Formats: sequence, structure tokens, C-alpha cells
Amino acid sequence: MNVLFTDDNFTLFRDGFLRTVELTALSGLLALVLGVLLAAFRVSPVPPLRIFGTVWVNVLRNTPLVLLFFAVVFGLPKIGVDLGYFTFAVLALGCYTASFVCETVRSGINTVPLGQAEAARSLGMTFAQTLRLVVLPQATRTVVSPTGSILIALTKNSAIAGAFNNAELYGVMKTWNELGYKIFAIFFWIALGYLVITFAISALFRFLENRLAVAR
Amino acid sequence: MADVATTDTTTTAGTDDLVVLTGVNKHFGALHVLQDIDLEIARGEVVVVIGPSGSGKSTLCRTINRLETIDSGSITVDGRPLPAEGKELARLRAEVGMVFQSFNLFAHKTVLENVVMGQVKVRRTARAQAEAKARTLLDRVGVGAQADKYPAQLSGGQQQRVAIARALAMDPKVMLFDEPTSALDPEMINEVLEVMRQLAADGMTMVVVTHEMGFARSAANRVIFMADGRIVEQNTPDAFFTAPRSDRAKDFLSKILHH
Repeated sequence: MNVLFTDDNFTLFRDGFLRTVELTALSGLLALVLGVLLAAFRVSPVPPLRIFGTVWVNVLRNTPLVLLFFAVVFGLPKIGVDLGYFTFAVLALGCYTASFVCETVRSGINTVPLGQAEAARSLGMTFAQTLRLVVLPQATRTVVSPTGSILIALTKNSAIAGAFNNAELYGVMKTWNELGYKIFAIFFWIALGYLVITFAISALFRFLENRLAVAR
Repeated sequence: MADVATTDTTTTAGTDDLVVLTGVNKHFGALHVLQDIDLEIARGEVVVVIGPSGSGKSTLCRTINRLETIDSGSITVDGRPLPAEGKELARLRAEVGMVFQSFNLFAHKTVLENVVMGQVKVRRTARAQAEAKARTLLDRVGVGAQADKYPAQLSGGQQQRVAIARALAMDPKVMLFDEPTSALDPEMINEVLEVMRQLAADGMTMVVVTHEMGFARSAANRVIFMADGRIVEQNTPDAFFTAPRSDRAKDFLSKILHH
């Protein structure tokens, strides 16, 4: 158990933990923005946008994340785009998770009675206004809880970034393993690192859920 | 508004039609819900559409602001054909007020905000001005005291009157009512009809789909009787209710007046 307190291990662990937090936060933000945008595309009256959203969701949601990492980390530099391993990881995680966020938001949109959108349109609101001012605010409540689950999954998926040259928690685990520390000790600290983040996300979303429940 | 001059000349018939439907057809799958509908609604006219369920009267009402698209024919509002979906259509919808059977007030906004929203977001009216107008309208329909409540806290009749105020806030040229009292408890129907009667008396152009024959008699300039997707008969309310010409209308009236 005192892996953490020998040599420079604490610094290594702390930096890895913070990197995982950073990865999760940035790719989570990207996923939320992109996911809502994709959901808007999928319900929009413009066929090319609908097709774009559908293709994005069906391709990224139905293929392994590792595959996307390969494509981004090794593919993009081939066409002259080199943004560094961290940015690549944020892109891959964000784009992948966006497809799940999109479907959750879309199901939330479908829970809002059609009459709400009809009333908005009959007042002369555009599609974007109808969605932004009337439909999405009412969809939020149903979307909050599943979005929490998606971000928890994202936190754990971020471990894949460790296999692509990111010194986050999984990267720390690899280093400790190579240095020959006991496997259970490694497991304990790494798992604890992830649990801290995922519990924090759970708590945040439970808080949001309660707040939105009152606001009605 | 270049045509202000022409709208004032009410002398020649036909030139002052606000809503014109010509040869309108619509199908829901195999069902031919609107069959060759021709209808002109004059400025200031109150047209009440009645008929049995499934006769297409609600669909007819909803085609006028293009909540339902049509398969063929043309619809013009104030001389302009209905544009395709987009900004242009949104602008036109702002001129056509609509009141729904199920009220459809924005559930996450207060009553006041429901009436303010369209003015601020669509008309770009200054907030203070929009609120003042909203309060005036809410007072006019008798729900001024409920301004800060949420729709779910109001009775059906109150909600529907707020919905009327919300539509009026856009200064529409014409108001469409799609069975506005069908979801209301009997004792609340009159408070809504009273607001509508007042509106009619003030000269608003109205298309009202309803089962309220009393309202049709007292407030309509013209009654349109629809059955099976067609306009079967149209006449003044007096003539229609005392001496319907078609068998279909006679049959319908005998059923509803005998309970």
C-alpha cells in the first residue's frame, strides 16, 4: 500500500490523476456541446443535417473507441494534422461520447409534447428558437440523469488515452507495473483515483437533478 | 405595408379577402382529408367551421399557418402565398395567431413570460414594453392576477385565455381557433367563449373550429359545414341552423340538437 509514498510516486500519481480529470473535463465539455448540436441536427427539418447526425451517431456509437483512437492518433498526422497526444485524446473521447449524448438528448426532446413546439412555431419562432427556448429547457430534466452515466463512462474510457502516450492514471499504472510494484497495491490506488472522479460526477448530477425537480 | 390604401377599400368583393384557399387537397396516407377546398375569408369576418369528427375541420384550420402541409392547391394570407419552411414562414406565422385544443402553454415559463416571449424573441420588442402589453392583454382576458403563476397552476379555462392573450400579443391579422373549448370542463367553456365573442366584436378576423353551436349562432358571420374532407354547405348562422340545405347537415344537426 505504500507504493504511493516511495520515491517520486506521489508526484507521478498526482500528475496522472490531474491529467485524467483534465481529459475527462475537456472531452466531456466537447461531448456535451457536440452532442446537443448533433441532436439538433437529427431533429432538424434540413435533410443533409439529419443525415450528417445519423451517420455520426451510427458510426461512432457502434465502433470501438480504440479504433477511433488509432484513426485519430496515427491517421491525422498522416494528413498533416498533428495536435499532440493530449488534444488527440480529447478529440477522440469527445467525438465518441458526443454520439451517446446526442441520442440521450434526442430521447429527451421526444418526451416534450409536440404541442409545445407547435405553439412556438405558431408564434413565429424559427426552428433554432423553438429548440433553444421551448423544447430543450423542458427536455433537460429527463436528460440529466442518463448524461451523468455517460460522463462516468467517459471517465473510465479516458484510460484508453493512457495507451496512446498520455500520462494519466492508466499511464501511471503502466509505469508502476513496469517498476514491479505489487499488483493489488497498484489496483487500489488507481481504482481510488477513478472512484474519486466518478463519485464527484455522480454527486454533481444528483444535485442538478434535485435542483431541476424543484424548479417546476 | 405598401398596400394600406387598398385594404381600406372594402367596396369590391374579393379584393379584401385575408385568407384564400384554392383547390386545397391533402392526404393522410390513403385518407383524403381535404378534398378540393375553396374558401375565402374576408378581413374582419368570423368563420365558424363545424362538422363531425374526422371531417377535416381541424386539418383545414392547421393548414392556414402551415402546421399541416398540403398536397396541392394554394393558400394565401393577406395576398401572399404560404412560403416553404424557413424564416419566411416563421414571419408569416407571427401574423397568424393560433389557439389549440390543449392550450400548449409553455410549461416551463410563467403566464407572463408565455405572453412576453413571442414579442421579445420574434418581434424584438423591448422587454419592458412587452411586459406592459402582456399585462394589459392578461387583464383583458381576465387572468391578470395569475401573471406570475405557472400554467399547471391554472384551470383549463384560465390556461386557454392565457393562450389567447399569447396569440394576441403578436398583433395577428387573423386568429385560428382549433377546438378551443373541447378540452374544458363545461363550467369553463363560457369564460373562454366570452373572450372570443369580445374579440369577434372588436373586428378580429377569426376561423373557429368548434362544437359550440351557441357560439356559432351568436358570433359567426358565416358557418361552414364540413363532412368527409369537403365543405358541404356554408351559410349565415341563421339560415344554416334553421334551414340546412344538405341531407348531411340536416342529419348532423338533428343528432347534436337532440341530446
